[in-house]
Amino acid sequence: MESVFGIAVDGIAYGMILFIISVGLSVTLGLMRVVNLAHGAFAMVGGYVASYAAQVAGLPYAAALVVAVALTVLATLPLERLLYRRIYGAANELSQVLLTIGLTFVIVAGINSLFGPTLKRIPLPELLTGTVALGPKAIPAHRAFVIGAGAATLLGLWWLLERTDFGIRLRAAVDDPAMAAALGIRTERLYLATFALGTGLAALGGVLGAELLPLEPYYAIRYIVLFLAVVAVGGAGSIFGSAAAALALGIIDSAGKYLIPNFGEFFFYAALILILFRWPHGFFKGRTA
Amino acid sequence: MTRTLRNALLGAAFGLALAAGPAGAATIKVGVIAPFSGPFAMFGKTFKDGIAQYQAEHGRTVGADTVEFVYRDLEQTNPAQAKALAQELIVKERVSFLAGFAFTPDAMAVAPLIDEANIPAVVFNAATSAITEKSPRFVRTSFTLWQNTVPLAEHMARRGIKTAVTAVSDYGPGLDGEAAFRATFEKNGGKVADTIRMPLKSNDFAPFMQRIKDTGAEAVYAFLPAGPTTLAFAKAFADNGLKEKGVKLFGPGDITQEPDLPALGDAVLGMTTSFHYSRAHDSAANKAFLAKHRELFGNDDTATFTTVGAYDGTHLIYQMIQNSGGKIDGAKAVESVKGLSWESPRGPVTIDPASRHITQTIYLRTVEKVGDRLENVEKAAFAAQPDYGYKPGK
Repeated sequence: MESVFGIAVDGIAYGMILFIISVGLSVTLGLMRVVNLAHGAFAMVGGYVASYAAQVAGLPYAAALVVAVALTVLATLPLERLLYRRIYGAANELSQVLLTIGLTFVIVAGINSLFGPTLKRIPLPELLTGTVALGPKAIPAHRAFVIGAGAATLLGLWWLLERTDFGIRLRAAVDDPAMAAALGIRTERLYLATFALGTGLAALGGVLGAELLPLEPYYAIRYIVLFLAVVAVGGAGSIFGSAAAALALGIIDSAGKYLIPNFGEFFFYAALILILFRWPHGFFKGRTA
Repeated sequence: MTRTLRNALLGAAFGLALAAGPAGAATIKVGVIAPFSGPFAMFGKTFKDGIAQYQAEHGRTVGADTVEFVYRDLEQTNPAQAKALAQELIVKERVSFLAGFAFTPDAMAVAPLIDEANIPAVVFNAATSAITEKSPRFVRTSFTLWQNTVPLAEHMARRGIKTAVTAVSDYGPGLDGEAAFRATFEKNGGKVADTIRMPLKSNDFAPFMQRIKDTGAEAVYAFLPAGPTTLAFAKAFADNGLKEKGVKLFGPGDITQEPDLPALGDAVLGMTTSFHYSRAHDSAANKAFLAKHRELFGNDDTATFTTVGAYDGTHLIYQMIQNSGGKIDGAKAVESVKGLSWESPRGPVTIDPASRHITQTIYLRTVEKVGDRLENVEKAAFAAQPDYGYKPGK
């Protein structure tokens, strides 16, 4: 019984980390229709900035987190203006893939030459080290924090997209860009803001998830498959879909590792195949249709 | 990036060849196959550092011959490409030695080639026992899992540990470690409660920790190759209450290799590992080695077991060139260094004539704070350990 509970808790914690990083990808993919394979690279940049801010500049964890998100967004906004703007729209899929994977390679090489191939660490504050008792299971305080941050992200995004003026305009611009523009919505600015949102979420995930997905230059390529899997299962553009997918995959992966570790990642990918077989567009179809 | 790097290297090598070209003297080339880019670039960097340091200390010439290293990048483990690169080095570059090899499958793949071309291959890292069984022209200056695990398991049994769990990465060296631990620990009266094989690409180790906890074992024998996953593993061990519960974590030193120590931080404080090299090794040779390393590269943060593997490997290559008088015959060259002993930064070492693997002292180390940095501080030494996993006649 204790182990079933343990699998559930570990699975949810792992799932929430996957969710925080992947939901940004889901936003750019579903709402802006950009296959942003550089998403993992943006998460990695966020993590590196936080690590640098905390270790070299000596900022506390919370400040490093804010600085990392802000700087990553600021650094990538010119990319939206110069590069991404040219590849919006579903007709451009091949160039999207080529551009963003190329960008990933550039960032990987840049990080490697700037910071070297060793692991980087983001030191945790006293409050987040140690464990919290959750029923019969003690879970790391950091994971509890991540679960909370994930839930907050979920609610915040839902509120932003469903309840605010920004969300209404964005959905209009996504559904029919020409009509939205004709009605006076400045779609270019909306896209810029959405891109910033996606990048910011990537950086946030990169920092919060650094304990589980360690920061090294190949982070960007190593984990992008995980993030894409979550978006595929959840349905592009669906926030609740991403959350459901991340939790489902996290729990299945944890159970597989606990019960039959020799099978490796078999269960993760088997689940992926079966889910996509039944729901080819993901759990929630999202806004792209 | 690799191409530019390669071009730059070739250019530099070419320039050197021109500069050092008095008539009569030959250039002996050594082809190094290792990851210089990609997720395992640390191996390539440390190999190159080790070679550069040896050449800085002992010169670029042996007798009248100039020794030149030619580097080839093998980003990830890829036996087919390792073979192709080796072929290119042998046929086009006309190398007299192969060296490097971070991973077992890559080393194994070149065995038929080095036999056919009759050139020696010096393995700087790959650690499965079976490698030197594949060709009589392999010589190895790193370690094997058997070599590191046997004294560790004996130590654990001596300390009165009765039950243990093994948790190893699911590939060649991991399985070697598991077999070595089980055989030695059970022979010494211990009981292995569970054997867990973890996928090489795992990120989340919490489920494995839960499983270890459920067995109620007193200790864990863990092996993961040095790299990003060791961080997540060590963290998971500390974070899931196993440390608090008093479960002891043991393993070969990959898990606490020097370049990772700053990132691992307090999570590995007090962790005991067995290994052949620690930066904190207290000997004159090691102090001189580290001083020279700092002088050449600015710091010794990345000086680790793979640097020393390459450094000693280069020593072996120089010896083979010297013994051959400039005309390299692969089989004879290997024959000439069998039984060779010297003082390495890790301590006294000998090339075992039977297995062509390095016989060395294995140290028991604990991670401690020395000043403000973490070090693997040596607590005990087991002298002259051979490769227990070598099966002669295979």
